Amino acid sequence: MTTPLLSLQGITKRYPGVVANQDVSLTVMPGQAHAVLGENGAGKSTLMKIIYGSVKPDEGQVFFKGQPVNIRNPQEARKLGISMVFQHFSLFDTLTVAENVWLGLDKTLSLAEVTERIVAKASEYGLDLEPERPVHTLSVGEMQRVEIIRALLTEPKLLILDEPTSVLTPQAVEKLFVVLHKLVSQGVSILYISHKLHEIRALCSACTVLRGGKLTGVCDPREESNASLSRLMIGAEPPALQHVAREPGAVVLSVKGLSLTRQDPFGVDLDGIDLQVRAGEVVGLAGVSGNGQKELLWALSGEDTRAGAQCGAASVSLLGQPVAALGPVPRRQMGLHFVPEERLGRGAVPSLSLSQNLLLTRSEAVGAGGWVRMGALADQARSVIERFKVKASGPDAAAQSLSGGNLQKFIVGREISATPKLLIVSQPTWGVDVGAAAQIRAEILALRDAGCAVLVVSEELEELFELSDRMHVIAKGRLSPSVARTEATVERIGEWMSGLWPDAADKAQEVQHAQA
Amino acid sequence: MLKLEPRPQASRLWTYASPVLALVLTVLLGVALFMALGKDPVRGLQMFFWEPIKTSYALGELMVKATPLLVIALGLSVCFRSNVWNIGAEGQFVIGAVCAGGVALLADKDTGRWIVLAVLLAGVLGGMLWAGITALLRDRFNASEILVSLMLVYVADMVLSYLVYGPWKDPAGFNFPQSKTFEVVTQIPRLMSGSRVSVGLLLALVGAGLLWVFLFRTRAGFAQQVGGLAPAAARYAGFSSRKALWVALLTSGGAAGLAGALEVAGPIGQLTPYVPAGYGFAAIIVAFVGRLHPAGMVLSAVLMSMFYIGGELAQSRLGLPKSITGVFQGLLLFCLLACDTLVAYRLRWVAANRSALKIGGV
Repeated sequence: MTTPLLSLQGITKRYPGVVANQDVSLTVMPGQAHAVLGENGAGKSTLMKIIYGSVKPDEGQVFFKGQPVNIRNPQEARKLGISMVFQHFSLFDTLTVAENVWLGLDKTLSLAEVTERIVAKASEYGLDLEPERPVHTLSVGEMQRVEIIRALLTEPKLLILDEPTSVLTPQAVEKLFVVLHKLVSQGVSILYISHKLHEIRALCSACTVLRGGKLTGVCDPREESNASLSRLMIGAEPPALQHVAREPGAVVLSVKGLSLTRQDPFGVDLDGIDLQVRAGEVVGLAGVSGNGQKELLWALSGEDTRAGAQCGAASVSLLGQPVAALGPVPRRQMGLHFVPEERLGRGAVPSLSLSQNLLLTRSEAVGAGGWVRMGALADQARSVIERFKVKASGPDAAAQSLSGGNLQKFIVGREISATPKLLIVSQPTWGVDVGAAAQIRAEILALRDAGCAVLVVSEELEELFELSDRMHVIAKGRLSPSVARTEATVERIGEWMSGLWPDAADKAQEVQHAQA
Repeated sequence: MLKLEPRPQASRLWTYASPVLALVLTVLLGVALFMALGKDPVRGLQMFFWEPIKTSYALGELMVKATPLLVIALGLSVCFRSNVWNIGAEGQFVIGAVCAGGVALLADKDTGRWIVLAVLLAGVLGGMLWAGITALLRDRFNASEILVSLMLVYVADMVLSYLVYGPWKDPAGFNFPQSKTFEVVTQIPRLMSGSRVSVGLLLALVGAGLLWVFLFRTRAGFAQQVGGLAPAAARYAGFSSRKALWVALLTSGGAAGLAGALEVAGPIGQLTPYVPAGYGFAAIIVAFVGRLHPAGMVLSAVLMSMFYIGGELAQSRLGLPKSITGVFQGLLLFCLLACDTLVAYRLRWVAANRSALKIGGV
C-alpha cells in the first residue's frame, strides 16, 4: 500500500466551552478527492485550519507523506504543498486580478511574470480570467477562479476547498468540477468540504463524516445512499415535507416597475422589477448572491423608502395599499413581517436578551405610553422558545449566546407567531443544521396553508424547489418571469441565474414598463 | 505563565467587579505616587477618602460637587448608549450657565421666587441649543459629533469670556472680569441650613430614577439603545436613527445646561471666567465608571467628587499640585479600561514548558 499523502491521528481541539474536534483521524491518499462531510458546527473548518496551520491542535499528530510534521502557520503549509481556497474570499476589490495573486505569493516575482503565469495556468485548466481586470468588476464565480489560480500557482500537492459551491450557479459548479477532476487526474489530492451530498458523490472517492466534533464514519460516497450519509451526518433522516397544491387567493404583495440605483458602490441597480405574491402561495426567488436580492429586500421591508419618491408610491403595494414611501413600522402594522439574512446585528441585537429582541418587531407587551410589561414580554419569549423548540437557557439568554440555527429558529418564530399576512424570508436555513432546517421549512409551509403570502429568497435551489409554488430568478438587478415549480428544472433555473431568460418574456416586461 | 483566553460569554460578575478592581488599583498606584513624591501615603489617602466624609459639612461639600457630575453623566449615558459621542458636555454646561446667568441678571429686588424656575429652564434650553448645533451638523452634513462637540467647548468658553470681559462686566467690580453677583432671590433653594447642598441634588437623584425607567422600561428607551448596539437592527425594526441622534444630544445638552444653571445660581452666584471647572469632561469618566447605569453613576459621581475635594486638600495641606485630581481621574479611567478586559477574557495559568525549564536548570 502506498504512503498516504496526509494523515491526521487523534486530533483534539478544545475551545472555551466547546470541543471542536475530538480524537479525529483522517487519511488522504495521493491523487484522491476526499470529502469531509458534516453539518455546520461539526468541526470541519477547525480541522481544515489545523491542516493549514492557522490553528494548533491540543492533541494528536499530523503526518505528511508519512513524516510527522508540525505546521505552525499557513506559510509552512504552503511550503509543504498544501493550499487552501476559503469560503470567504480574501481579495482586495480595488486591485486587479494579477495584483491580488501577486500579493498572495511568497516568492519574489515581478508583476509581469505573475501575469504570465496566471495566463498559462488559466489556459491549462480552461479557467478564463483576465489578469488586468479589477476584482470588483468580477462575478462571484470569477472571484473564486482567482482564488483557485492563486492556490494552483503554488503547485500544491493537496488542495483544500471549503464549501466552494455555495456561491456558484449550477453551471459554474459544473465548470469547477471539470477543473477539479483534471487536478485529480494529475495526481493532486483534494480535500473537499461540503454538506451537499450530490456534489460529493460526483467528485469524491472517499468521505470522512463528522458530527459534533467526532468522527462518525469513513466511506466511499458513491456506494452510499443519501439516507445512509444523512444518518452518519445528523444521526437521523430528515422528515419529508408535505407540499399540498392549493389555489392561491388575493394579491398581497405587488411590485410594479421598481427601479432603484445602488446605495453602496459595490451594490446592484434594481431594474424594473415586477412581482406579485398571493395569499396562500410561496414564491421563491432564486439567484446568485449579489444580484440585487439585498437591494430588493431593503425596498420591500421598508428599510429603503427611496422607491416612494423615485418610482411612485404604488411601485410597492401591500393588500392594495401603496406603501413604497412607508418605513418598516407602518408596513409591519399592515401585516408584513420579514426575516433578514443577517441574524446577529440585523435580525437580533447580539448583546440583548431574547425577550428584549422581541421588541424589535413585536409590540404585544408594550402598554400605554410605551411602557414595557416585563412579565408579559418574558412570557411571550417563553412561548416562542417553546413552540419553535429553540435551545436557549431562557428568555433572558443573550441573542449572541445562541447557536446560529437556534437564533434563526427564534427569529423565524418571532415573525411567524405574529401571524403575518405577508412573510418575507431571506436565506431561511443558512447555516442551520438539517433538523432545524426541516422544522423551519415545515413552519413556512404551515403558514402558507393558513393563507399567508410568503416570499422566500434563497441561494439553495433544493430548498426553493421544496418550498415554492412559483419561482422567479433575479440576475443583475432584473427579475425573470415566473415559472411554476412543477415546470421548473434545475438546468432552466441555472441558465436564468446568468440572466439568460427567454426574449419574449423580456419584451413583455418592457411593454409593461412603458405602460407603467 | 499567565494567559488571556477569550470567554465564551461576557462575564456578568466582572461587569460589576471591574470598576471595583479598577478603584483598588488606582488606590495602590496612588500610594506609590505619594511615596515617590516623598509624602506619607496614609495622609495622602486620608485626604481623598476620609476627609471628604469626616463631617456633615464635608459630606455636604462632597454632594455639592457630585451633583453637577451626576446630572451631566446621566445625560451623557443616553448619548453613549445610543452610540452618539458627545464629548462637549463642558461647552453645553458653560452655555447653560451663561443663559441661566443672563436670566438671573434680569432679576431685581422685587422679583418673585419664580425666577429660580426661569433660571433653570434657561440653563436647560441653553445646553440643548448648544448640543443642537452638533446634532444639526451631524444630521445634515454627517459631521463627526466628536469633533464638533469638542470644538464647541472652546467656542462656549469664548462666549463666556466675551460676556464677562465685555457687556456683562460688573461696573462696580473694580474691572475684574465677572458679572454682578446675582440677587439672593435667584439662589437655588438649599436643602438644609449649614450646608451648601441644594435641591439640585434631589433633581439629580430623581433624574437617575427617571433615566432608569426610560432605559429599561419603555420602548422608546429600548429603541434609543438599539441604534447604538446594532444600527442595522434599528433600521430593520424601523427605529429612526435621526430621532435617536436628536434625542441623545438634546437630552445630554439639556442635562449639562441644567448642571451649569445649578452651579452659577448655586455655589458660584455670578458669572466668572472660572465657571468651566472641567465637570463636563470629568462626567465622561463618571458615566463610564458607572457602567452607563443610573445607579452606578450615582456611586461614581460621589467617587469623582472625592477626587476633586481630595485634590484641593492635597494642595492646601500636603503642598501637592492641584493637578493631582486629574492624575487620579485619569488613573481610574485607564485602570477601568484595563480591567474591562476581564469582562470578555479570563486569565488562566498555563503550565510552563517543561523542556524549557530543564534547559534553564542545566
